[in-house]
Amino acid sequence: MDILNALVAILNFVIIPATAYGAQLAMGALGVTLIYGILRFSNFAHGDTMAFGTGLVILLTWGLQALGLSLGPLPTALLALPVAIAGTAALVLLTDRVVYRYYRQVKADPIVLVMASVGVMFVMNGLTRLLIGVDEIRFDDGARFLISVSQFKGWTGLDEGLALRSTQAITLVVAALACWALFRFLNRSRAGKAMRAYSDNEDLALLSGIDPERVVRLTWIIATALAVAAGTLYGLDKSFKAFNYFQILLPIFAAAIVGGLGNPVGAIAGGFVIAYSEVAVTYPWKKIAGYLLPDWQPEGLLQLLSTEYKFAVSFVILIVVLLFRPTGLFRGKSV
Amino acid sequence: MKKLLLATVATAALGTGAAAEDAKIGLSLGFTGPLESMAPMMARGAELAIKEVNESGNFMDGSQVTSVQADNTCADAAASVAAVERLVTSEKVNGIVGGMCSGETIASLEKVAVPNGMVMISPSATSPALSDIDDKGFFFRTSPSDARQGEVMADIMIERGVESAAVTYTNNDYGKGLAEAFKRFYEERGGSITVMAAHEDGKGDYSAEVGALAAAGGDALVVAGYVDQGGSGIVRGALDSGAFETFVFPDGMISQALVDRFGAELENSFGQNPSAEGEGRDRFVELAQTDGFEGSSAFAAESYDAAALIMLSMQAAKSIDPKVYKDKVLEVANAPGEKIMPGELGKGLELLAQGQDIDYVGATSAELVGAGESAGVYREVEFKGGELNTVKTR
Repeated sequence: MDILNALVAILNFVIIPATAYGAQLAMGALGVTLIYGILRFSNFAHGDTMAFGTGLVILLTWGLQALGLSLGPLPTALLALPVAIAGTAALVLLTDRVVYRYYRQVKADPIVLVMASVGVMFVMNGLTRLLIGVDEIRFDDGARFLISVSQFKGWTGLDEGLALRSTQAITLVVAALACWALFRFLNRSRAGKAMRAYSDNEDLALLSGIDPERVVRLTWIIATALAVAAGTLYGLDKSFKAFNYFQILLPIFAAAIVGGLGNPVGAIAGGFVIAYSEVAVTYPWKKIAGYLLPDWQPEGLLQLLSTEYKFAVSFVILIVVLLFRPTGLFRGKSV
Repeated sequence: MKKLLLATVATAALGTGAAAEDAKIGLSLGFTGPLESMAPMMARGAELAIKEVNESGNFMDGSQVTSVQADNTCADAAASVAAVERLVTSEKVNGIVGGMCSGETIASLEKVAVPNGMVMISPSATSPALSDIDDKGFFFRTSPSDARQGEVMADIMIERGVESAAVTYTNNDYGKGLAEAFKRFYEERGGSITVMAAHEDGKGDYSAEVGALAAAGGDALVVAGYVDQGGSGIVRGALDSGAFETFVFPDGMISQALVDRFGAELENSFGQNPSAEGEGRDRFVELAQTDGFEGSSAFAAESYDAAALIMLSMQAAKSIDPKVYKDKVLEVANAPGEKIMPGELGKGLELLAQGQDIDYVGATSAELVGAGESAGVYREVEFKGGELNTVKTR
């Protein structure tokens, strides 16, 4: 019984939240890594693309709710997601046409493109705030829990409760679907192969007749779709606040770099590594120890690091990885 | 020649003498910066008191009071020091209502006000650090110290039988000061703190914090944060994972937004925030309405009281020299004496001119204790039925 309690406590406070957060980071990191792999620069505007897309989702969700449309137990936002992706992709393609294309044509250094993306980031920042404001917005509707704490306690009679929010489950399902579709697309379809060829060797790809502008457009569209989906899932699970999407850029980049920039598998793995290290390393084991070793009553919390340091944890991992495997865990391009 | 010189000196002396009767009050507030939305109403509050005094004609045998504003930005201590420096040296004010935020108040008080012998009465700086500061008697505040709030919160929790608590606070002067004050009083009264964990505002994910707080356990979770920031993130996570059912909220969390967000989920929770109630407050809100601004805006009433206290103390000391009237501030604010409400400043001035004692009640039931800070009236609130209910004031 005590072992079960310990297990449930770990599931409830470490594994479930870290997995959902990891999936959100992974989807963000996938977008970053795709841009890096194919367009060869770190896109700092990614976080604000997520924010802008999520802002569109929220506006559309309100519209749908006003029309009385809903998905039953699922959040209405999922219905709005494809339209918002199309809208955001249009904006991102316009940005590419106006800003990035020029730098590609003059074959500017990657650092120039990075700086241009910082500029785009600030513009997007402002656009998002004009669109939806700076306040915190919750837009999840439908059923809130798949399993709630009181239900779980009722079913099992355990002391520890377990909660699984529907948004956490949706996050995992959507993230898994998106990854599956992305890998299938990259490995099987002609366009996907063209993208990989362009990423591996630009000149050879051009020689074999691949249209570079088409590859670039596709990359932007896919990265935007991932960004908006990640932003929406994150907003559903927590809440929408434009500033938070700027903050989340750091862990997303950490995830992409730890996994290996330019490597999609690495981005996913990196997302989970960062999320788990933030949650698990700072978790106090006192309660678990209390269940497993009832005779031992520790004075302290059995906490490795206090939660203030959780961001330090992901950056320590980042530094260690960069020192010993500069191309990341999964052999991406070196930074 | 000698006569001429003497005459010039005499006129100059007379001139300054006459001008010295007219008092000037500086308003050092954050007109730009993180609290820029509050500052205009606070300035209106202080200016309302000044207008009332001028209209009564009772101030120092009919002299006038003028005010001058200075932007201290709230966030930038250097800018605040410069602003107060300007008030003292070039505007030559006789007293200052301000500063607004704790950090810049400490800086401008230590660097400018105390060395120059200038009285500062802050309407809104609440950090406990200001209680122990070496102010040489020049600093007062019409808002309570967060140390006081920590004590009130500890009392409420003990009365409600909450014997152990986990504490999470926003990682800044406000959160840390409040959490530490609370810890001291709560442990004195026999409560035990299972964990004190800071959280950063504006972060994406609070699962780690919630996990740590839940593992430490306790009868309740004290959330010394901001409702529009990490505080709500922590409460959401703790509710969803079933970590805590009872929450204790200090002033940064108590607002309609909290109720809108969590509604009936806060059934067992409670909290407190400084909120003067009663006749003085009602009268002030009415006065403000006649003057064309919202009197219930945060710290507007405290600003009115700060300005009123400066002018009443000048009257009591029969001097507009801050080094002289600073000793009268506590006397004017506290009992014994005739109670003075908002709108009765003229009467207060008249009584003081006759040499009688007054007890300024004002808009916030001002009662200065300790090192010259408001004792603070708090209201204890509950969230039964998904609504914000005031249980009692203390």
